[in-house]
Amino acid sequence: MGKTLLRKVWDLHTVRTLPTGQTQLFIGLHLIHEVTTPQAFDALRARGWRVARPDRTFATVDHIVPTRERRRPFLDVMAEDMIASLERNCRDFGIPLAGLDDDRQGIVHVIGPELGLTQPGMTIACGDSHTSTHGAFGAVAFGIGTSQVRDVLASQCLALEPLRVRRIRVTGALPAGVYAKDVVLTIIQRLGVGGGVGYAYEYAGEAIERMSMDERMTICNMSIEGGARVGYVNPDRTTADYLEGRPFAPAGGAFDRARAWWTSMASDPDAAYDDDVEIRAEELTPVVTWGVNPGQSVGVDATIPSGREAGMDAAAVADALAYMQLQPGQPIAGLRVDVAFIGSCTNSRLSDLREAARIVSGRRVAPHVKALVVPGSVSVKRAAEREGLDQIFRAAGFEWRSAGCSMCLGMNPDKLEGSQVCATSSNRNFKGRQGSPTGRSLLMSPAMVAAAAVAGEVTDVRKLVNQPEGAAS
Amino acid sequence: MGARTIVFAEGRGLPMRGDDIDTDRIMPARFLRAVTFEGLERHLFEDERAGSAAAAQAHGVHPFDNPHYRGASVLVVNRNFGCGSSREHAPQALYRLGIRAVVGESFSEIFFGNAVLIGMPCVTASPDDVHEIMERVEERPETVVRVDLPSDSCEIDGVTYDIRLPGNVRDAFITGAWDTTGLLLDGYADVDAVAARLPYVGGF
Ligand code: SF4
Repeated sequence: MGKTLLRKVWDLHTVRTLPTGQTQLFIGLHLIHEVTTPQAFDALRARGWRVARPDRTFATVDHIVPTRERRRPFLDVMAEDMIASLERNCRDFGIPLAGLDDDRQGIVHVIGPELGLTQPGMTIACGDSHTSTHGAFGAVAFGIGTSQVRDVLASQCLALEPLRVRRIRVTGALPAGVYAKDVVLTIIQRLGVGGGVGYAYEYAGEAIERMSMDERMTICNMSIEGGARVGYVNPDRTTADYLEGRPFAPAGGAFDRARAWWTSMASDPDAAYDDDVEIRAEELTPVVTWGVNPGQSVGVDATIPSGREAGMDAAAVADALAYMQLQPGQPIAGLRVDVAFIGSCTNSRLSDLREAARIVSGRRVAPHVKALVVPGSVSVKRAAEREGLDQIFRAAGFEWRSAGCSMCLGMNPDKLEGSQVCATSSNRNFKGRQGSPTGRSLLMSPAMVAAAAVAGEVTDVRKLVNQPEGAAS
Repeated sequence: MGARTIVFAEGRGLPMRGDDIDTDRIMPARFLRAVTFEGLERHLFEDERAGSAAAAQAHGVHPFDNPHYRGASVLVVNRNFGCGSSREHAPQALYRLGIRAVVGESFSEIFFGNAVLIGMPCVTASPDDVHEIMERVEERPETVVRVDLPSDSCEIDGVTYDIRLPGNVRDAFITGAWDTTGLLLDGYADVDAVAARLPYVGGF
């Protein structure tokens, strides 16, 4: 019987079984940022401990950085305090930092892959639940809390419970206008926001195999929204091609050896899975959330379900609809939006921006909509500017910002106001997530956000994708 | 830290009804903007509690505002509690408020793990039992709820309910091994040996 990638990586990184029955797992790469680490470094200082492997640790700043005016010191003293504290901690403990004026700065889950730090067969940890993103490379990547950050800093290890593996096969081909984001939102809608608890999700099938690394990252990124702490795609040629030539990737002969090893880490064809699910790509449509968790979604051409139709607890659905100020039976298309946000570790990579730019090109953002594009990293931003994407967005009426988490969460100056409705390419539509306690988030693909920005309301991007540039919307 | 053992938790209960209560609700992101966990308990569920715009729309007194539950040590919740972000600020704030154990139908994995690491057991009970426990607490908030780890039980009003906690986690609390950092630091030679067999660490 063959083994899954999860099992291979797990076995290879196991140090021992702890008296608690948990596995002590070596962590190959520890990514850190300003928000979930200050208390962990303080704990190390209090005990006089060193960072075990500063060479396997890499830091950047993303959550609280302003995306418009980045001059130091920030006006926001708390943000300044947090950045300064990370800078000091990295200096004191010898950890490399891609800081605010570094060309490598960006959202931690965007820069890890883009620098080639993230590689197949690794174990990766980061004090952020969307660490599952790195699984796109065939790494086993865990989001952890601050006490675990302390553990990894001090010991380069984590104490973990074993995971079961659910294979999710996305078979067939995606129709035009349907994106990786729609695939993962559909998976979460079908399996539930808690459906993946205890599982690692292995994404497989032709549709996944055909996807670019950017698309695979979008899928793995949202594993956690389905309750699965880990999500991964088996490494293949696409993975190796992406990594070749990246700053931290092996080069020359080492690259060839690495490629062979990466391939050997993929799940064996006869591996056994604890669960198997199939999703047929050709049945999928663009998806929009109507509620307050990422599982509460419908196809853009559908109507908002009642509790029974949604197959969810009626009280929870009623509560979500009251918060969203929506009615069951109401079509989701045509819902007026106030803000359009393209960004976040889910969808702020070059291909996301290209796809969105294709939609807005030659069109204008509706007058009542505030629209912004926040590239995931300095490098994405520069690459987009080289292609002139910034010009397309600006000409359409979008703001073009600097890299950071921005409006994905209310920790920096980019926030919703009052009960604004936001078409967003981010990953969470929780109550208050985007910085206003009554703000309303509609999760969708970046192309759908672009379409909503232009139309001023939720609209089916498929009506726009096939039109020639410059056609009226 | 030392090997502090955790065998039981007891005190008044605090029922927080609802499935999928996420960490953004428990601790809104803007309160993560600090370099310590101190004072976080003041912001628990802030956006839905008295005085906030959202609370104005909601009905009834928020459990965390209800004076009957003040000083509670045992939080009682429904399904998939603590889903969403990995922010440890959520369990830290509950702990700082005085919560020493959480009884619920189920928990998100990251929340559960974070809670273990700060010494706050999250135990599960059947949906019916959770429902009954909540009702009992709501009827008589002064009643003491006792969560007892060695006997896998939760007692309230003289009635005992079965609770579950993975055996190894339960043992870790009882023996003090829940504080894993010390354990992980033991035997570092083994860690180096693992690192040495990883091609990406040593070089391909
Ligand atoms: S973009 Fe959003 S989800 Fe991603 S790391 Fe930043 S805050 Fe977290």
